[in-house]
Amino acid sequence: MGNEVRLTNSTTGGPVFVYVKDDKIVRMTPMDFDDAVDAPSWKIEARGKTFTPPRKTTVMAFTAGFKSMIYSDKRIMTPMKRVDFDPNGDRNIQNRGVSGYVAISWDEAVDLLVSEINRIKRESGPSAILSSPSSHHMWGNVGYRHSTYFRFMNMMGFTYADHNPDSWEGWHWGGMHMWGFSWRLGNPEQYDLLEDGLKHAEMIVFWSSDPETNSGIYAAHESTIRRYWLKDLGVKMVFIDPFFNHTAALHSDKWFSPKIGTDHALSFAIAYTWITEGTYDKEYVATHAHGFEEWADYVLGKTDGVPKTCEWAELESGCSAPDIRALAREWAKKNTYLAAGGLGGWGGACRASHGIEWSRGMIALATMQGMGKPGSNIWSTTQGTPVDTEFYFPGYAEGGISGDCENSAAGFKFAWRMFDGKTTFPSPSNLNTSAGQHIPRLKVPECIMGGKFQWSGKGFAGGDIQHQLHQYQYPAPGYSKIKMLWKYGGPWLGTMTATNRYAKMYTHDTLEFVVSQSIWFEGEVPFADLILPACTNFERWDISEFANCSGYIPDNYILCNHRVISLQAKCIEPVGESKSDYEIYRLIAKKLNIEQMFSEGKDELDWCEQYYNATDMPKHMTFAEFKKKGYFVVPDNPDRKKTVALRWFAEDREKDTPDWGPRLNNQVNRKGLQTSTGKVEFIATSLKNFEEQGFIDEYRPAMHTYVPAWESHHSPLAKKYPLGMLSPHPRYSMHTMGDGKDSFMNDIKDHRVLVNGHYYWIMRMNSIDAAARGIKDGDLIRAFNDRGSVILCAQVGERLQPGTVHSYESCAEYNPLGKPGKSADRGGCVNILSPDRYMSKYACGMAPNSTQLEVEKWDGGIYEIY
Amino acid sequence: MSQFYMVIDVAKCHDCNNCFMACKDEHVGNDWPGYTAAQPRHGQRWMNIQRRERGQYNRNDVAFLAMPCQHCENAPCEKAGNGAVTRRADGIVMIDMEKAKGNEALAKSCPYGAIYYNEEIKCSQKCTGCAHLLDSKEWTPKQPRCSHTCPTGAMQYFNITPAEMEKKIKEEGLQAYKAELGTQPRVLYKNLQKFTKNFIAAGVLVKGDCFENATVTLKGAGVDATQKTNFFGDFKFDGLENGEYTLEVDAAGKKASCQVTIKDESKNLGYIQL
Repeated sequence: MGNEVRLTNSTTGGPVFVYVKDDKIVRMTPMDFDDAVDAPSWKIEARGKTFTPPRKTTVMAFTAGFKSMIYSDKRIMTPMKRVDFDPNGDRNIQNRGVSGYVAISWDEAVDLLVSEINRIKRESGPSAILSSPSSHHMWGNVGYRHSTYFRFMNMMGFTYADHNPDSWEGWHWGGMHMWGFSWRLGNPEQYDLLEDGLKHAEMIVFWSSDPETNSGIYAAHESTIRRYWLKDLGVKMVFIDPFFNHTAALHSDKWFSPKIGTDHALSFAIAYTWITEGTYDKEYVATHAHGFEEWADYVLGKTDGVPKTCEWAELESGCSAPDIRALAREWAKKNTYLAAGGLGGWGGACRASHGIEWSRGMIALATMQGMGKPGSNIWSTTQGTPVDTEFYFPGYAEGGISGDCENSAAGFKFAWRMFDGKTTFPSPSNLNTSAGQHIPRLKVPECIMGGKFQWSGKGFAGGDIQHQLHQYQYPAPGYSKIKMLWKYGGPWLGTMTATNRYAKMYTHDTLEFVVSQSIWFEGEVPFADLILPACTNFERWDISEFANCSGYIPDNYILCNHRVISLQAKCIEPVGESKSDYEIYRLIAKKLNIEQMFSEGKDELDWCEQYYNATDMPKHMTFAEFKKKGYFVVPDNPDRKKTVALRWFAEDREKDTPDWGPRLNNQVNRKGLQTSTGKVEFIATSLKNFEEQGFIDEYRPAMHTYVPAWESHHSPLAKKYPLGMLSPHPRYSMHTMGDGKDSFMNDIKDHRVLVNGHYYWIMRMNSIDAAARGIKDGDLIRAFNDRGSVILCAQVGERLQPGTVHSYESCAEYNPLGKPGKSADRGGCVNILSPDRYMSKYACGMAPNSTQLEVEKWDGGIYEIY
Repeated sequence: MSQFYMVIDVAKCHDCNNCFMACKDEHVGNDWPGYTAAQPRHGQRWMNIQRRERGQYNRNDVAFLAMPCQHCENAPCEKAGNGAVTRRADGIVMIDMEKAKGNEALAKSCPYGAIYYNEEIKCSQKCTGCAHLLDSKEWTPKQPRCSHTCPTGAMQYFNITPAEMEKKIKEEGLQAYKAELGTQPRVLYKNLQKFTKNFIAAGVLVKGDCFENATVTLKGAGVDATQKTNFFGDFKFDGLENGEYTLEVDAAGKKASCQVTIKDESKNLGYIQL
């Protein structure tokens, strides 16, 4: 180990020590704390035992193998121009995705890019330039998309492709109308629930929740130890998930596998059992719920003639009625926490046609058992550690160096600490505002190819419940249509829905110029006219905290066992001719004559220092000291007031948690939820108002209702395509991060399978479905429907109910066997098969977990469709 | 003197692959002179995680056996190595990269399949227990990369005396994988039966409802065990050898019995309705 230097960095899968020798990364490991200097950990006393976390951080598999992404022959080494693209002559738009590239210099690349930007701005204004980053790219609060990207793009001017709340969907479009939490996009707060759970839990129902896979988000395996603590205390764990997931594999006492699109049949049957047996918290419901009586009549079948019995639910879901009834009875009897989704909120069931009603069903069940009282809450075991919430260090969504209060959470606290308005200034947006121009990310192809589009809600609609009902159109009045696309990363084909649409869009003749800024040559990057090679966060400076994204998940470092703040050291020089995003923008800004305003004369390390000094860190050490040590463990704060999530609501007190909402104007006398009644609304007043204004949502009625999924075993399509697909967030990669890129991850047996020289994505299926189709474990199969075909490797087993298949979303590779967008893909983009339909007419979220398809052994064909 | 041991708990492994990735991180692209040449980017599994699903939907489970070089005391590769394979004083089995050149038979000699032949350098390679790190004073984690990144505690490294290990084996019921080979591995497993043995499971229904606290007795193939059903009416007898079993259920006086054969597969009997 001689001559190795140990530096620090961080990733979406945990912070790391990086061992470097001669400008080469040797290894990276989780961080072991040094008891001589690092602060002691917290302790929780519960049921006669003392619980304290391990003195180290944890990492995810893609972080453990990150080195293979840094040193990869998929890295883009130089700027490149499409070989048959001539900006002054024939652009050969029809050849995007097919023709090859020629290496060019940075000077040539910047000249070409800036001349196109200036031409388009003069012809059509900045709104004709569309840009969209990936959701989770390189970790670091200075380099993040809310920070460096917005700082530059807002100065240059652009139309932003608004992200749909892809992990929240049902909670956002449904849950928010029932209980507010708009500042969390409909998810619940989770403060101090670990201690509450360790003291009181007797059972936890994990519903569409696999915390061993994603530990909420960004928190590696931090919560793993806590589920062992709970198990050691004798807490029973029940799992409801179409797939026998990885947390279930470790801990399940019982597993329910509802058919795709039917989770809410189980929640209605559980409610039916409680209502008929009188085992719900009637007193709580009387004072904390709105519209419950009318809803209960519906559950009992008095209004629609269909009692939502366990036998009814068995027919809907394929789960046995006695098991559902036993669960309902035990739940009512025991202190039960509902782990709805992996975060406390989220879960694959919310990204489906029935996601709105599933999310409302989760809130309904928690409410019926006195949510917020000791021993009863929505809690997914991932958040709720007793770390110090009084210590201020922002997350990536707090704007960083952009200070863009419109498009990040900068306006809550951080922008006012970061910019003095005398020597340093934020970069606000005038285009990416509610009155500016918008495009919904899910419908970019419709906007580009169709020329116009209408929808509800500007992406993440967190400002107020009603914001998501606001009507938008493309182009916005008076603004230009899109002529240029500047893509940042290449994940649309793996992560959006019905993604052949995107491949087709790239060759549409209205798209005059496409530039891709990317680290790796993957996904849809090979559709660009100009490619700019970016570098990873191991090749530049940055600063961040473990798992802290903040924004719509305020204080989410409570996912971690310790608050760990890292300097992200520039460990090596950028590989090849790649540059950091900041340096790329700086180069372009110079040519645009805005460099001084963009950089203020600072490099990334200078911004890290300004950032550091805007946090609470200087209370503990100077930036120079921090730079030397590399990381900091925020000390336990024994004086912190413990405030359990929703206890204030249960006890009808003023809200006392450190949460960011409700805003004062959404409450009366500072009490109650954000809803207009201040209560949990089984009949949503916001949706009722919307209905009275003439907006009728077939799949989102005002009352929480059993709405069958529009694509499921019920739909006519199921005759042709009988298998329902579950497509959760992937286990080993962080969306596309870690997959492909010739990384080590290709060799993980449960990630991809090597067959005849190609690493295939996996589809899991039940042995009965496989036998019926003559498919054996390890066979190459074609999964298909009218939207396209994907070639996959079959994994045959028992971890799904027959009739359900499972394949993760977000593969990074796209390998069409014939014409792009029109032939089978063997990269593994199963989202080619998912529907592009919105959840409901005015609920503009995605529903990838509402996909019907058929599977057959692959015959080697390329399956072109037109 | 103290010796190298690994203890791997099958019940705590859920295939997160951190060990597999950390192993590649340490060895791909890094030569450790005197220990091993670099691992090729793809293809070798110095940490080979094997999956086994048991039972049938929806009383099924899945177990993972993470398998590095077993660092056998009686290692077949030692003979096949013709002097290229040695056991260090701490018990770690090492391949001498120079002496082993061209010896393809060495890779094939391992009954666990833990040795790989690197075509490019014409040499056999395998897990070294990260000996280059264990030997370094600067390596503060003081354990191999695989156990260091394990998030569940399924994989643990011990540097203890054989007497201390003997005690541990007895107290924790540790077993060698494929003990019948007689190679005496230094890697030992806990809850190995989840990977190697089988279970019988079912649910008890009385009048269409799950029945809690029914008494279930299983006899046969050296087993005589009794369980109470849980609130789902479920029971599960695990760790069963192949053979014939008699199952008896008593749900508050309502009784049933049946014969069950286990042959290399676990059995989900579905519901027993009374």
